[in-house]
Amino acid sequence: MSHLIIAPILLPIFTALLIMLPPIHYSPMRRRWVSMISTVILLILTVCLLWQTQAEGISFYALGAWQPPFGIILVADIFSVSMVCLTSVLALGAICYGSAGEDERGSFFHPLFQFQLMGINGAFLTGDLFNLFVFFEVLLIASYGLLVHAGGKNKTKAAVHYVVLNLAGSAVFLFSLGILYGTLGTLNIADMAVQVAQLPAENLMLVKSGGLLLLIVFALKAAILPLQFWLPATYSAASPPVAALFAVMTKIGIYALLRVYTTIFGEQAGPLAGMASDWLWPFGLATIMLGAIGVLASQDFRKLVANLVIISVGTLVTLVALQNSAATSAVLFYTVHSTLVCGALFLLADLIGAQRGKAGDRLVPGRRMAQPALLGTMFVAAAVAVAGLPPLSGFVGKLMILQAASSPLQQVLLWSVVLVSSLMVLIGLSRAGSILFWRVSGNEAGPERVLPLQAFALGWLLLAAPLMVVFAGPLTELSFAAAEQMRDIQGSIAIILGDAAPVGEQP
Amino acid sequence: MESLLAGCIGFLTACGVFLLLRGRTFPVVVGLTMLAYAVNLFLFSSGRLTLQGAAVLGTTETYADPLPQALVLTAIVIGFAMTAYLVILAIRARADLGNDHVDGKLPENESSRKESR
Repeated sequence: MSHLIIAPILLPIFTALLIMLPPIHYSPMRRRWVSMISTVILLILTVCLLWQTQAEGISFYALGAWQPPFGIILVADIFSVSMVCLTSVLALGAICYGSAGEDERGSFFHPLFQFQLMGINGAFLTGDLFNLFVFFEVLLIASYGLLVHAGGKNKTKAAVHYVVLNLAGSAVFLFSLGILYGTLGTLNIADMAVQVAQLPAENLMLVKSGGLLLLIVFALKAAILPLQFWLPATYSAASPPVAALFAVMTKIGIYALLRVYTTIFGEQAGPLAGMASDWLWPFGLATIMLGAIGVLASQDFRKLVANLVIISVGTLVTLVALQNSAATSAVLFYTVHSTLVCGALFLLADLIGAQRGKAGDRLVPGRRMAQPALLGTMFVAAAVAVAGLPPLSGFVGKLMILQAASSPLQQVLLWSVVLVSSLMVLIGLSRAGSILFWRVSGNEAGPERVLPLQAFALGWLLLAAPLMVVFAGPLTELSFAAAEQMRDIQGSIAIILGDAAPVGEQP
Repeated sequence: MESLLAGCIGFLTACGVFLLLRGRTFPVVVGLTMLAYAVNLFLFSSGRLTLQGAAVLGTTETYADPLPQALVLTAIVIGFAMTAYLVILAIRARADLGNDHVDGKLPENESSRKESR
């Protein structure tokens, strides 16, 4: 049993504790360096873990060596480890950006950031639904703290909504866990898949209602149509590095949807197979359209980026509803692309806002920017990537999405919605770009300049867009392998439960 | 016993949801607390109701399922911490925004009533 699996959870928590100790806590520079170095180590560890998982297949880590399904386990498969890798890449960019000065505008930025990383990594790696709840709460309570970082009216107002909504969501999560444990007698995801397959008919409706309650919870976390109203306000109020990290938080909801409705209520689940797809498909498509309209209607650049996040969520949910391997592999590729580019756009919005003085990032004519060439190049690169134009990564992602639809009806709906929304994104971004960069009033540029660390952070995240095209071959192979592995439910059950599979026939 | 517990949970949930939909932060906090109580009772009952059954094997004839008890303990701790945070946040919002409405501003009719007083 390799201990590497638990490292992405232990490293951030120990870093957070270390940063709060006096010798480091009292020096801003030491806090920054410890946080940055730890995130680099995290990145190296997760890449090692990905490499190991790719070579050796699914592995699991039983805490306290309790045999599953009785103990708590962490499961590393290609999909979950890729998501952890993505988190550490994004976190490195966000921490570098935060260390350029944003972290000193409030207290405990770095410890909270590390706690949030611990929660995110744990949520991706856990193989147990109750632990998914616990890690959700860990990442949420850290995000509550980070959201009000640096204070201000807008942040407090957004935080009240965000906290109340998520607490209500947690209550629904626990209700559904209670129903599922009461009927299936287990909370281990692999064991639940076994139990659902041999479910007695009288429990069918209970399990179905429990499963659909989970859908509500994950829809709230992922921000799918009727439950997405919190997202633009929250993300545009958060301070830039925090908003960049939040770009991965909606993807945790998507990952949980995929995990639960592919593994537990997947093909082997008999009458319950694919029960979420009927709901996810229409709401996913509607979410894309709503996000596209939001992009066109946005009054400032951050709201526009938040609406781009909603479009990416809608696209991913629609893919989850398709329930085939091509769609699952597209989910992985598109998640990596959209998370990194949206994170970069949140950072870019702050840099543009800072150089435009009073006008900020509102889409109104403002004073001349000090470094229009640098910021303009970055803006064009990010816009081309996020709108899905060649030659950057969004194009490859969009191609995989369009190829995922199999039946003619699905193709008509998916193609038209995705392509029309891309056009609307393109119009929205061209409008934003031409107002921000070209419609300048005659005033001289201000003294603000992009700091080297900020430029590095932005470049680090944006570099993903060309790199994902250059290495598109290996990356699509990786995402196809991840999809195959995730959809091979019997294989993962055999590895995790081993010979103990028939344990606990009836609850 | 089952119907009494189910009624209790249902009543707490109904009160919680009603209070959660109010406009001021204090009723919302109380509503979330009630919802958390309902959830804890519900989780506890997911291991089935047993009388005089210990969670340790061999001490009593029938034994209670220990896992829901552990889950409830975790849920209580988390719910308690979250409520504490929400109370502090609500006080902060009252100070920052000048009122205790969840939207940060009083609705038209209420603010005009306040002015006429």
